[in-house]
Amino acid sequence: MLLGPSLTLSAILFAIGVFGVLIRRNAIVLFMCIELMLNAVNLTFVALAQYHGLSGQVLVFFVMTVAAAEAAVGLAIILSVFRHRQSVDLKYINLLRG
Amino acid sequence: MTELVFSVLAGFAVISAIACILQRNPVASAIWLVGTMFALAGIYVLLNAQFIGAIQVLVYAGAVMVLFLFVIMLLNLSNDAGDLRGWPTRLIGAAIVVAIAVPLLTVGRYTPQRLASEVTGAVVSGDPAAALPAGQAALAAVTAKGVVGAVAVPLFQQYLVPFEITSILLLTAAVGAVVLAKRKI
Repeated sequence: MLLGPSLTLSAILFAIGVFGVLIRRNAIVLFMCIELMLNAVNLTFVALAQYHGLSGQVLVFFVMTVAAAEAAVGLAIILSVFRHRQSVDLKYINLLRG
Repeated sequence: MTELVFSVLAGFAVISAIACILQRNPVASAIWLVGTMFALAGIYVLLNAQFIGAIQVLVYAGAVMVLFLFVIMLLNLSNDAGDLRGWPTRLIGAAIVVAIAVPLLTVGRYTPQRLASEVTGAVVSGDPAAALPAGQAALAAVTAKGVVGAVAVPLFQQYLVPFEITSILLLTAAVGAVVLAKRKI
């Protein structure tokens, strides 16, 4: 049921997330775009789980856990970068650039 | 009817995702992302994943986005005009996105019959449910054990070890976040 439309929507959302990562410089908005991509993948899992059994839904559960952990650690890193640079703009986060 | 509800939710999800990446104010971005997540939760319910829909609202739209908003407001970010990258980067980005999206969009033509054919290795033209018994078993499990029980059985039997490892991951993330964000330990 609704397999094709769900996969299409998932592809569109993933592409929007990639575009967001490429055009934004704000580190926090970048993180939101990554969450958007993770959500798109979750939608693929749920759509295919209708035919492949409930393992897909269990995997979505794990993806959400990893996303929550990633958001917590990533935002803590952004917080400590902000303390040093007074900004979350990627323009000023260039310590490792050669 | 289901198709209509799906179209409305999908349209809302795409519009709010686009608004999320184009809003200059990070708080507005976060609010639009919450809209996308709510729409996706509705779509999960349509796709017979009611438990995942509830978790989506609780964990993503609730916990994760509140964390994002909390950090945005803690840092007191102004909406700088220079947040978006310049036109050359935007065009290169658009090219990369088209290169990624075109092959991805071809999966939209996937039908359950084709999925069944590829999984079983034989040509399935009739009812895909006959070739993919797992889907029917999942539906029967939802009917027999309820929405939560059907997900709980594989989670606590087949995937018990990954589930336990998840708890270690969350503990590590919690400790790591405290260590990273604290000024002096």
